[in-house]
Parts: sequence; structure tokens; C-alpha cells
Amino acid sequence: MMNDRKERIALLRKRAEEKILILDGAMGTMIQKHTLSEEDYRGARFADWKQDVKGNNDLLSLTQPDIIKDIHLQYIAAGADLNGTNTFSATTIAQADYGMEDLAYEINFESAKIARAACDEWEAAHPGDVRFVNGAIGPTNRTASISPDVNNPGFRAITFDQLKEAYKEAAKGLLDGGADTLLVETIFDTLNAKAALFAIDEVVEERGEDVPVMISGTITDASGRTLSGQTTEAFYNSVRHTKPFSIGLNCALGAAQLRPYVQELSRIAECRVSVYPNAGLPNEFGEYDQTDAEMAELVKEWADSGMINLLGGCCGTTPPHIKAISNAVADAKPRAVPSFEPRMRLSGLEPFDAA
Amino acid sequence: MTDISRFINIGERTNVAGSIKFKKLIVEEDYDAALEVARQQVENGAQIIDINMDDAMLDAETAMVKFINLIAAEPDIARVPIMVDSSKWNVIEAGLKCLQGKGIVNSISLKEGEEPFIAQAKMLRRYGAAVVVMAFDEKGQADTVDRKFEICKRSYEVLVEKVGFPPEDIIFDPNIFAVATGIEEHDNYAVDFIEACKLIKKHLPYAKISGGVSNVSFSFRGNNPVREAMHSVFLYHAIQAGLDMGIVNAGQLVVYAEIPEELRERVEDVILNRRSDATDRLLEIAEKYKGTGGPEKKVDLEWRKKPVKERLAHALINGIAEYVEEDTEAARLEADKPLHVIEGPLMDGMNIVGDLFGAGKMFLPQVVKSARVMKKAVAYLIPFIEEEKDGKHETNGRILLATVKGDVHDIGKNIVGVVLQCNNFEVIDLGVMVPTQKIIETAKAENVDMIGLSGLITPSLEEMTYVAAEMEREGLDIPLLIGGATTSKVHTAVKIAPNYLKSSVVYVIDASRAVGVASNLLSATNGERFASEIREEYIAMAEKHAAQQLQKKRFSIVDARANKVQLDWDSFEAPVPNKPGLTVFEEFDLEELVSRFDWKPFFETWELHGRFPDILKDEKVGETARSLYEDAQEMLKKIVAEKWFKPKAVVGLWPANSIGDDIEVTPAPDQNEPIMLRTLRQQMYRENNKRPNRALADYIAPKDSGKTDYIGGFVVTAGPQVEEIASKLEAEHDDYNAILVKALGDRFAEAFAERMHEKVRKELWGYAADETLGNQDLIAENYRGIRPAPGYPACPEHTEKRTLWTLLNAEKNVGVSLTESCAMTPSSSVSGFYFANPDAKYFGLGKIERDQVESYAERKGMTLTEAERWLASNLNYDPRQAK
Repeated sequence: MMNDRKERIALLRKRAEEKILILDGAMGTMIQKHTLSEEDYRGARFADWKQDVKGNNDLLSLTQPDIIKDIHLQYIAAGADLNGTNTFSATTIAQADYGMEDLAYEINFESAKIARAACDEWEAAHPGDVRFVNGAIGPTNRTASISPDVNNPGFRAITFDQLKEAYKEAAKGLLDGGADTLLVETIFDTLNAKAALFAIDEVVEERGEDVPVMISGTITDASGRTLSGQTTEAFYNSVRHTKPFSIGLNCALGAAQLRPYVQELSRIAECRVSVYPNAGLPNEFGEYDQTDAEMAELVKEWADSGMINLLGGCCGTTPPHIKAISNAVADAKPRAVPSFEPRMRLSGLEPFDAA
Repeated sequence: MTDISRFINIGERTNVAGSIKFKKLIVEEDYDAALEVARQQVENGAQIIDINMDDAMLDAETAMVKFINLIAAEPDIARVPIMVDSSKWNVIEAGLKCLQGKGIVNSISLKEGEEPFIAQAKMLRRYGAAVVVMAFDEKGQADTVDRKFEICKRSYEVLVEKVGFPPEDIIFDPNIFAVATGIEEHDNYAVDFIEACKLIKKHLPYAKISGGVSNVSFSFRGNNPVREAMHSVFLYHAIQAGLDMGIVNAGQLVVYAEIPEELRERVEDVILNRRSDATDRLLEIAEKYKGTGGPEKKVDLEWRKKPVKERLAHALINGIAEYVEEDTEAARLEADKPLHVIEGPLMDGMNIVGDLFGAGKMFLPQVVKSARVMKKAVAYLIPFIEEEKDGKHETNGRILLATVKGDVHDIGKNIVGVVLQCNNFEVIDLGVMVPTQKIIETAKAENVDMIGLSGLITPSLEEMTYVAAEMEREGLDIPLLIGGATTSKVHTAVKIAPNYLKSSVVYVIDASRAVGVASNLLSATNGERFASEIREEYIAMAEKHAAQQLQKKRFSIVDARANKVQLDWDSFEAPVPNKPGLTVFEEFDLEELVSRFDWKPFFETWELHGRFPDILKDEKVGETARSLYEDAQEMLKKIVAEKWFKPKAVVGLWPANSIGDDIEVTPAPDQNEPIMLRTLRQQMYRENNKRPNRALADYIAPKDSGKTDYIGGFVVTAGPQVEEIASKLEAEHDDYNAILVKALGDRFAEAFAERMHEKVRKELWGYAADETLGNQDLIAENYRGIRPAPGYPACPEHTEKRTLWTLLNAEKNVGVSLTESCAMTPSSSVSGFYFANPDAKYFGLGKIERDQVESYAERKGMTLTEAERWLASNLNYDPRQAK
């Protein structure tokens, strides 16, 4: 078994040259299938917790680790190279809704350990087939550059420093627990992401390790912008200073709707491009109907067009989706990462290139 | 001239050090006007805006944060990158913490040595900002070309090599100093700068050069035409030497080629230090050009010339608050009432905003701005509206808004709140992530008229359903509005509305509809009708949806039977009928039946839809309905007085037990041969068996319970006279009265069935002897027990009527026979079974699978094909396709 982190990351970088890397699919969708009760969420440890915790999916890493590990194993079996930890809301800020902010580090740590164990279990049974733990860092439920109060546009419910501290704890927990990479995902406010990336940079510097960081933004609607109003390129310009392992998009839209923005990223990004769309748009009941075959066909076209380096699934996707995608792009070449003449690339809500 | 298009204008007016006006606005905290300054900069072509709050009068950090956060909410300003300009590191850092874009910091330098310089540069790299580096070191500010280049080169090497700072993110400011000051040492400052530019471009790859251009003309303060000419000339040469960007007033740049020849030449002499008397020669002519000015650049105010309605729409769409009070006042003077301004031009404008947003042509921050302009306009109107009401401000209603638990999205909800307030509703906004209990408690404590729930993410749909169920449980009876991105009309109709029956549940597609919905629901005159129309629409939608769903997933009949209705038979004691066996009614008081008419289906026969008696007053169909009703009343009088019809009924009550899906009926105690009723079971897929798969047999005690239960059956008819009279009228070509008499005959039969059922409950069976219900309750079936009829949703298979006829000997007792297809003649007849179990409910069978049809055919003694024919509309499969 490949126990050395350094070796694994070297292997990951090598594999990224050879194939389109596969990310896993939705964790929440899989958890939902278990229709867990309040008691299930609480487990024995939190049986007397002061408030309801049903819906706190990240808590399940502590109370139902077997369910989470099983989901990981299903995605690993489906072909996921990079397996996202069950930590989308495991920041002190998001956990505060459940009064569980003090558990944030532990949830990150344990979630990474569970994913690690799943990958190791697979590798033990399939010697040489190394899989990676992708430490997921979600957006929190506060926005640093949008006021929650329409009448007080200058107000902010959260500051950069508060976010930075929360993200720092999450990143530490993930890396301590055995994450190979970190993924700042579902970014709807770029300032939140900048705080996360700032925190990660500090943590990585303290540890002196090579930690590939993936960044994934969310285009929320037909305007083609993030919730905080940035275009795809403006978003990229805002975070490219972190020299990420990959930049990409996830959530909110299906593959069909995301295509123009994927193409845009593919054109401008000086690093790998990742996309993990939802399984189409939700129907009127908030359910996702796109089948594995339909989704695989859409993303295969991106692969055939040389636009993509990493593919996976977000809301509504399941192991069959990941398997279908993995099979569809198994022989496709990853996008060649271009290098451009350096130029100052600034942004407000829109990009500004000082050529 | 050179390609000035590549030169980057950095707006300079939002700088308290450079603009007295801006400083005054910030000191006085007039941030609206300060934002206008920023907006004009961008409109005038600034590609980056420089923000500087360094002033002794100000807390620069607080002002910087506040102003940048405010800009973030102004998309037409925030679209450009921001330059955070301060000499204080804390101010710079505070500014960066508010920027989601990639901006520029202005500035850092080697002034305090390499150590702090490196530390700051490292932080800037981490924040992700470009940086202006001043040509300044431990010894001071560089003035000569050599010093300028030397410091820039050293800074570059430290940044690129020691910090790993991207060279393309370095901008040098090699110091633009004032020329023509009268001091000889200053004469070459512009040349030194220009020469330094050339060296930087040659030796420091990818680095950019910037400068504070207006410094160069400082000695000509008060003479703008000369200053502008100096800027223009300086830029002309500096850009050629490599100057990439400059802090300039983008609105005041005269075109180099348009500077008068004489002025340009003398300015050029000064800038390029071409002659020792250059300053004096420029001074000679400077006075002459003072006040002529270049062509003034203006904001495009064409739209201000349009009619006031269009001006308001323009302001709303573009989020311009500047003139909105003025325009609102103009609109108010034109309007009859101040409220009409809101309902008219302002809402029209907001509707356009809603449409553009829906089409992806506006994005969220812009919409929020529009809402703010709206709010400002309304705030202006409120005093006038109140004045009109003698100082009393009566609201249209009080509405509680909340984003449900687990969801943080509230922009749409906020817009709804603003728009509602604009329309004189009082809004209590509980914010986001609001637990159900808080919603309900607040609704009760504040005595609100309505609750609006919002949510954007999928789990919120479930949460809303829960809130609705809790409202029902807590006994609330106020309307519930549903809105938000993932919500839909179908979801509201299918999942939310059925959980809350005490009042209306209404889906609101967007903020612009919220006012209409809220006003209608709370309207004293229209409210009830609006609510009932919505309810009917939603029920129809839910049924349609259910029908579609029925096409889908099924249980096997084995699984469906395992999920039957579970009733506690151990403690069950069946009410014993007071009069078991058959009871025949040979006639019945017609007048009594008329008092029990349900008129709604009568009007539906005539394709007049609506509630009775509201329909008589309906705007559209009221007149027709009234005249029809009068004719009906007139005919009824005759029917009753002249005893046109002779209604008959037969009722039977028998011991019975269920065996599986069948019901074994013992017609008479002495009769050994029981008669079997065959019922059908729902096979729709039930998640986690949360709801049962019903069959009518479930409501009768099973045989193996050892308890004796009972079932009833009936046929009532208005009599064969109905059709005889109708035929007679038809023969006389009086089709109208022929239809009328049949329609009334049907009403008699229905009323008779209802009356009989009551008689059964209170007397013949007698299990509800104390029941006291009015006609409305009877129509609404608010009683214990059901009377499902073969051919209707719970038991759609018609041939069961034949069994019923046998049991009742109906043809002989009441003269009603069955046709080949089991239709009753005369047609003004009603038949059915009586179930007395308090848990008995009406239900729809829905679509069933082949496995049940096979079992049913066998039990009925039919062939499979025959059974499939009778059940054609309930098959969840195509019988033509082989298994």
C-alpha cells in the first residue's frame, strides 16, 4: 500500500497527465437514500443534544461512519480517483447552526480518516490501484461580499477573518486526517473562497507539504455569473494567484447548461479544468432526473473536445453516473494545460486584462 | 498620437486626498453621493477606480471598508477592479478583505527596508492583489532617472526572487513630480520619469508602470485648461516610453491633437525640458487659456428628457436613485392618489425588472438595487399616503416572511418584502434559517394575516411541507405563500397544500406577483372566491399529477396486500343495525329533498363553474346563472306541487366479513349461501409504506377476527317519470326544459341518496343517532362512513353492481335495471355500498398491475380479457402486450 503522501501526490500528478481524473458524485444524494431519522443522526453520542441535528450530514461521519464509508466505497468501485470527504458544511460557521461548532475539527479529521480507510481498503483488495482523498471545503452559509439586509447594503454578516479562521481549522482537520488534496468547492461568493485559499496557504506553509488545491465555483443562473455577480473569467482572475491544481465549476446547473462556461474556463485557465455538474436541472420536486447515460454523453463531448482534465458529479449524481462518466472518458486525453505570456489579469465583477 | 486605447485610466475622484468634494462627502457620511462619484468615474471610462481615505479627519480603515462594501452592491461600479490606496498597511489589508475581485494595492515600497517590504508583499500575494511599488527606499524618494530605475530594479528582484511575486502583478510608480515650479532642479522631473519608464520596460520584464499624472501640473492649480493640456502632453510622451496606466480624471482628458498649437508647443517645452525659459513662456500665455476649457464631458442624461413614467422605469431598471424623489414627486402631482404612483409606474418598472431578471438579462445585485430605488420612491410617498388618511396609516395587511430552516438564501424574499412594503403591507421579516416553531409562534403573537415562506435549495421544499403540516396542527388559519427558486406550482399543489387545509396555500412565482396574490387573499369581497379558485386549481393539478405518477412505480399485489389499512379489530365492536335486511321506500317527500339539493353540479351540467350561491353574483356568468336558477325554481315548484316524480329507494344492511380483498355478505340469517363482493386494491408505490394501499375490504372486519361486521347497499331513483317528461318535452322541441328536467331529476336522485344515507346512519343502522349536520356539512361529507358506488374511483369495476342488484332485488323493489354495460335505467338513480367504519375513507384505486387483474378475474369467474375490458382505464400496462 502506498503510505507515503508525497508518493501519492506524485502519482496523482502523473495520472493527471495520462487520463481525465474522475471525481466522485453526490454525498448528500446517497445519504438521502438511507432516509435517516433524527435518532440516526444523533447516534448514541449525541442522543441528548440540545437541538435537532437531522440534516447535518457531516455529523454522520461521527455517528454513522459505516454509511459514509460505504458510500465512498461505492464511488471508488465506480471509478472515482478523487474521493471527496463528507465535510461540505464542516466549518465552525456552518456547524454553528446545529450548535456543533466545537466539533468542526473533529468532523473534518474523522471524515478524512473514513475516506482514507475506504481508499486503503480498496487498494488492499486491488493492489496498485491507488485512490485519493479529496478534502472538501464548502462555502459556509454566509456571504462575505453580499449583505443579507437589502436595506443596508454595506452590512456583512461575516468577515474575511472569521471565514479564514473557520477554513483554517477545516483544512487542518482534513490534512491531519489524511486528505491528499483540498477542494474549495461550490463557491458562490469569491470572497469566501479567497478567505479559504488564504487560510489553506497559511496551513500548507506551516506544514511544509505539497498540497494540490482544487477550486470549484458555482454559476448560479442564466446570467452566467456567480451569486456574488462575477463572470467565469472574473472568478478565475480572482483566484489564479493561488496556482491551483485545477479550477472548475460545480453545482447549480446540469452539464448542458454549464457547457459555455466550461468552454470559457478551458480557454483561459493556466491550470487543469474540472467540472462536476448536477444530474441535470432539478424537476419541480427538486429531484434530479438525468440518467447516467445522458450525463455521460454530455461530458464525453467535453472530453472529446479537449476541454477538460477532471470530471465528476454534484447534486443528484450516484455511483452509476460516476461509472458511466468514468467509462465514457476512459480513453479520452486530458486537456493540455496551456501557458500564456504573463499578463496582469484583474477583476471586479468582470475581468480586466492589462495586456 | 500613440495608441492611448491601451493606456489604463484609473479613476482618481474617489480619493479624499485628491478631491475636496469627495472628502466632504465621506466626512459627512453622505455615502449615496460618494457612490455617485464612483459611478460617474466608471461611466466616464475609468477602468479601475482608486479609493483613498487617508485623512486626519477620518478613520481611514472604517471608511475604506464601508465604501468598498457599498460598492460591492453597485454592479455598475463593482464591475471594474478596485485600487486600494493608502499609506497605512492596516487600511490596505482591511480593504483587501472586502474585495472578491482581484484588485491593486497602492502602494508599498522599500522605504522602511526590505523586511517589512517582503512581509507585505507576501501577504499581498496571499490576498491575490497586484501591487504598486513606489520608487522609494531607505534613503528617500527617487527623483533622478538613475535613482528611479535603481530602486525599481531592486524592488523587482526582491519581489520576484525572494517572495515569488508574479512579475506581471508588479506596477512601478517612479514618481511624477511637479514641473514648472520655478525651481530649476524640478525642470527635468518629467523627463526623468519618461526615461525611467524606458529603462523599466527594457530591463524588468512584465512589470507595469503607473503614476499620479495630475502631480505634474500642480503649479498651475486653478487653471484647468493648462493643466489638462499638460496632462495630455505628458501622457503622450510617457505612454510612448512605456507608461501603462495612470491615475487621471478620466472625464477631463483633452485630446492631444486638439490642444491649440501655441499652447501645446509651450507645454511640450516644459514637459520635455526643452528650453530654460519654458516655464516663463507657458506662464505668459496661461492666463489666456484659463476658462476656455476643453469640451466638457457629461453623463448621458438624455433619459431625463423622457416622460416621467419612462424616467421612473429607467431609474428602476438601472438602479439610479439620484433623481427618483424628484420624479416620484412629478408622478404624484400627475396622479389622483399617491398610492396610484406605486401601483402604476413604479410597479410597471419593477415588472420590467422581473422580466429582465427572468430572462437572464439582469443579475441579482442589479435587481436588489432596483428594489432599493423602489423603496426610496415609496418612502417618499408614504407621508402623502398617510396624510390622505388623516394621519392614520392603515396597512393592507400584516405579512410574516421567513426563509425556512436550513436555508440561507434570502434575496428573493427580501425583494418580496420590499415590494410588499411598497404596497402598504406591513412586513415582519424573520430572516433566514427560521425554525418552524418560531414562524408559528411569531405568526400567533403578532397576529399576522399571512405567512410567506422562501427557500432556494432542494431540502427547503421538504421543510416547507413540514411548516405547512405544523401550521395545520397548531390550528393556524391564515394563508400561506410559497416562493423561491426551487419551489413550483406543482410542488406546492402536490406536496404542500394537502398538508394545510385550514386556509389557502399559494405559490408565488416572483416578487412582482406577491402583491396581487396578497391583496386578493385579504380582499373582503374577493378573498374567498380567489382562495377557492386556487384550491380547486391545485386539487386538479394534484390529481393530474397523481394520475401521471400512477403510470409509474407499482407494488406487486402481494406487497400491496401486505401494506393494507391496519385497523385494530381486537377492540372493534360493529354497530348492529336497528333494522337489518331490506327496507323499501315507495315514495318520499319531494319538498324535503329539494331542501337538500347540492346546486353546484346542477350548474356544472350547464358548464357554469363556480361555487353556489356565489355564482349567481359572478361578474361574467352571474346573469346566465340567475336566469337558469329562476327557471329551475319555477319548474321545481311544479314538480313538487304536481308530484311529477315518484322517488323510490331500497336499502339493505347485512352481516359481512372480509376475506382478503373480498367481502363475504350473508343476505339473510337463514340463507346459507353467502354472496361475495370483490374489491380492488391500490398498487401505487408507497415510500417506506408511509401510507396504506387501500381496498374497500379493509374497512370490514376480517373473518378470522371472529367479529361480526356489517355492510349496506342501496339504490335510489327519482323515478321513471323524469325521462318520460323529458321525452315529451323533446318531442315538443323544448330541449331547454328537457335538459332542465333531467338535470333536476339527477339532483333529486343525489339528494335522495344523501337523505337515505343520513337515515341509515341515524335510524336504520343507527350508528350515528345523534348526528346533527347542516346541508353544507352533508355536501362536504363531514359524517362517519362512506357510500362508494361501483364505477367510481374506489371501486371502478361496474359489474359489482350486478351483485348489488341481486342483494337488493333492485329491479323488483324500485324498478331500476342495469343495461349490458351496467348503466342504470332510469338514469336519475344512484346506487352504492354503505361502510360504517369510522376509519373508512374515499380513495381512488389508481392504476393496477396485471397480477391483481389476474387474481380479480379468477375471483369473479371472468376471463382475463373480460376483466381487462372492465378495468381498461385502471390498467398500468398494455394488455395487448404479452407478459
